[in-house]
Amino acid sequence: MILPIAVAHRSAGAAMLAIAIGLFLVAFLVVPVATVVYVAFTEKGGGGFTLVNFLDFARTDLFVRSFWNSIYVSAMTVLWSSAFALPLAYLTTRFEFRGAALVQTLAFLPLIMPPFVGAVAMQLLFGRNGTLNLLLDDYFGFKIGFMEGLNGVIFLQAIHYFPFILVNLSAALRNIDRSMEEAAQNLGSHGLRLFRRIAFPLALPGYVAGASLVFVKVFDDVASPLLLNVKEMLAPQAYLRIASIGIDDPMGYVIAVVLIVLAVATMWGSAQVLKGKDYATTQRGGGGLARRPLTGRQSFLAYALVLLILALVLAPHVGLLLLSFATVWSYSPLPDGFTLAHYARVLGDSSGYITNTLLYSGLAAGLDVALGGAIAYLVLRTRLPGRTMLDWGAGAALAVPGVVLGIGYLRAFYGVKLPDGTPLATLWIMIVLAIAIRRLPYALRAAYAALQQISVSLEEAAENLGATRSRTVRRIVIPLMTGGLLAGFVTSFATAAVELSAVLMLVQSNSDAPLSYGIYVLMQTPAGRGAGAALGVIAVIIVAVCMGFSQLAADRSQRARGLEL
Amino acid sequence: MSAVAIDIRGVNLSYGPTHVLKDIDLSIRPGELFAFLGPSGCGKTTLLRLIAGFAQAQTGQVLLDGQDVAGLSPWKRDVGMVFQSYALWPHMTVAQNVAFGLEERRKPRAEIAAKVAQALELVGLSAYAQRRPAQLSGGQQQRVALARTIAIEPKVLLLDEPLSNLDARMRVSVRRDLRELQQRLGLTTIFVTHDQEEANTICDRIAVMEAGVIRQVGTPMELYERPANLFVASFLGSANILDGGAGVAVPAGQRLVFRPQHASLAPAAGAAMSGPVSHREFLGATVRYGVRIGDHEILVDAPFQSGAELRAIGETVGVALPPERMLYLPA
Repeated sequence: MILPIAVAHRSAGAAMLAIAIGLFLVAFLVVPVATVVYVAFTEKGGGGFTLVNFLDFARTDLFVRSFWNSIYVSAMTVLWSSAFALPLAYLTTRFEFRGAALVQTLAFLPLIMPPFVGAVAMQLLFGRNGTLNLLLDDYFGFKIGFMEGLNGVIFLQAIHYFPFILVNLSAALRNIDRSMEEAAQNLGSHGLRLFRRIAFPLALPGYVAGASLVFVKVFDDVASPLLLNVKEMLAPQAYLRIASIGIDDPMGYVIAVVLIVLAVATMWGSAQVLKGKDYATTQRGGGGLARRPLTGRQSFLAYALVLLILALVLAPHVGLLLLSFATVWSYSPLPDGFTLAHYARVLGDSSGYITNTLLYSGLAAGLDVALGGAIAYLVLRTRLPGRTMLDWGAGAALAVPGVVLGIGYLRAFYGVKLPDGTPLATLWIMIVLAIAIRRLPYALRAAYAALQQISVSLEEAAENLGATRSRTVRRIVIPLMTGGLLAGFVTSFATAAVELSAVLMLVQSNSDAPLSYGIYVLMQTPAGRGAGAALGVIAVIIVAVCMGFSQLAADRSQRARGLEL
Repeated sequence: MSAVAIDIRGVNLSYGPTHVLKDIDLSIRPGELFAFLGPSGCGKTTLLRLIAGFAQAQTGQVLLDGQDVAGLSPWKRDVGMVFQSYALWPHMTVAQNVAFGLEERRKPRAEIAAKVAQALELVGLSAYAQRRPAQLSGGQQQRVALARTIAIEPKVLLLDEPLSNLDARMRVSVRRDLRELQQRLGLTTIFVTHDQEEANTICDRIAVMEAGVIRQVGTPMELYERPANLFVASFLGSANILDGGAGVAVPAGQRLVFRPQHASLAPAAGAAMSGPVSHREFLGATVRYGVRIGDHEILVDAPFQSGAELRAIGETVGVALPPERMLYLPA
């Protein structure tokens, strides 16, 4: 698309905006990450360049073991997530199945509750002395080690993250033109063979996108393994090292570099796999094979499968709810008694967690929407040199694990002191900035979507009638983007409310801590679990309400635009 | 393999409340190149998909070589279909695409290789075996789709709008190639199109469809010379359709139908039909005039002689029509 020449002399404002955003990204993303990398490659105490730290890492059994454990857990989680997601995706895209709507809503669950929140509840339901195993032992005389060691992490993560694969794979399956599969049927192929030779290869980009996302998320998760008492994984080791030895110890930074390299390598690897495989095959014929009806027996099996998976997915939620009302719950299938005391406690003494969360998430989401909207506009509507750098920079936040960003903030801003001598890194606003950077890629995507739906001719019409560029933005672009931006704001807000890994590094005192931190701290001790669970339930409610609202806002803006066109 | 007849008997097909095919009866002879011709939404593609097994009729039978195929899944029918979009699989090379059907039939590897080579040679794409579909032009993609289908030696060949994704110049040469290939293979072939020129130029017989009904079956000449109804008359070529209001006598409940090239311009005085020239198109060999008579605009094709003066817009002219060219059809 060629924009009018007239844009050029009006771009001074745009250039200023771009520079401001660029400086922000440099200060709060590039500098912290660069600091981490720098420290990892320097001798302790400020010497020159060295690889000694990495040698130490490779020579320390604990780290090597942790590395392989993390790889193993991430890979097994992808495997199990695929085992859940594949049949569900195939079922809902290729058969007439009333349960499809149910399966679709599963997709939102991992966004509503991150795995660490339900970790303790899962231990109580599926652990060695949890509900299921106590019942199994009573009736059948055996137990299943769902939650033993690394298995527990895999089980928990797979239940939370399989929807990422499900959503991506289903979308890809739906985008296959029906003639692709009909042609195969016409030539004699059907059933599983048809799926293996035609449907799955064509949907592979979607599968790989989902699977690599799951792999990275699990690899970077700090809190879930720790709450399951698994310390020998890489991300938890980074946190433990800094938390117990201090920010001068290089090992935490080395691990952080390993985490970044692994995240980037996974994304690069998936991009390599997908190179030249952008099979957009949907044509006017409409996507997806005509859905086949299920026979009675197939239908029964399908429902059984969906209900089993649904039960698993809801287990942490149910467990959390029970725990939040429980007086004492251990060595018994259900709690001994029920009480409202935990809610009283978190809404009374500990209500600071909640107000902090609302404040931090609100600020972070507002910042994200402003930045996202501005970057989207600069990239899509101006020809400013270097504008794609902004896009690239904001997107790069995806590859930076939360714990790495947290360590980077600590190190980069600890030395920067306010006039009264307080280190910058200890201010609560740093938590907000870290959360905002973490969520920025998602807000940016929402802004792109909102702006892409606005035809350039609407803006040209305004300029043709005499509106200046900035007035066009104010009177045409922003009003039309409102729905999309609002949805972006609410989604950012909701997911920011349960962000933990960066927060874990940055919280200096309990009075500055948000919900997610409160849940993590309370869940550590048997005495605090009930209150932690109550906080967890409140977090889930906040997030669920926001998600519902965001969906509503997106629907409404879609409909409004539908009327305009 | 000897060519196979296709018989369709009493077929009715509905999608919910929409009655897509109504009482279809059709016999297609062995070795024939047969067209389903009609405007979009007339049910021609659905009828084709029914034969391939991708649609289910509520009543009626589809017989291939006398065998009812109603209960057979698409993958058991041995009916080769070339899709409008070609449906080439982007994750496979040309050779892999062509080999697919043979692999599904568990043929020995040597035989597969030989037949793939043979099929690609037949469509002139032997040099492109290792390319991906995306690296080929539209015309080449279409030939791959054709090779993929004929490699399995199907009983019949179904072509769904095979020329619609090609540019105008390609169509003329590709349709001739298709005809030659069909003749060489001797395959009973159905060709779905909305373009009467495509159907007329290469097909042996045509079924003209409208709104789920077959309006007439015949050779291109029969349909053109003796249309059975107004729809066929107006869908194939241009036709003037007049009721009694234009100065000629037309029996009640009927319409007078004639082609523009069968009428001629005459002096206005003494002509049964006359009126002002309202429209003029220069077509090269002929000039097409529109003459306004009452509510009608009658089209008349006059041969163009170089140097001759064209009639001016507004000039009053008569329209002459030999009685043997007058066709009366039910309204």
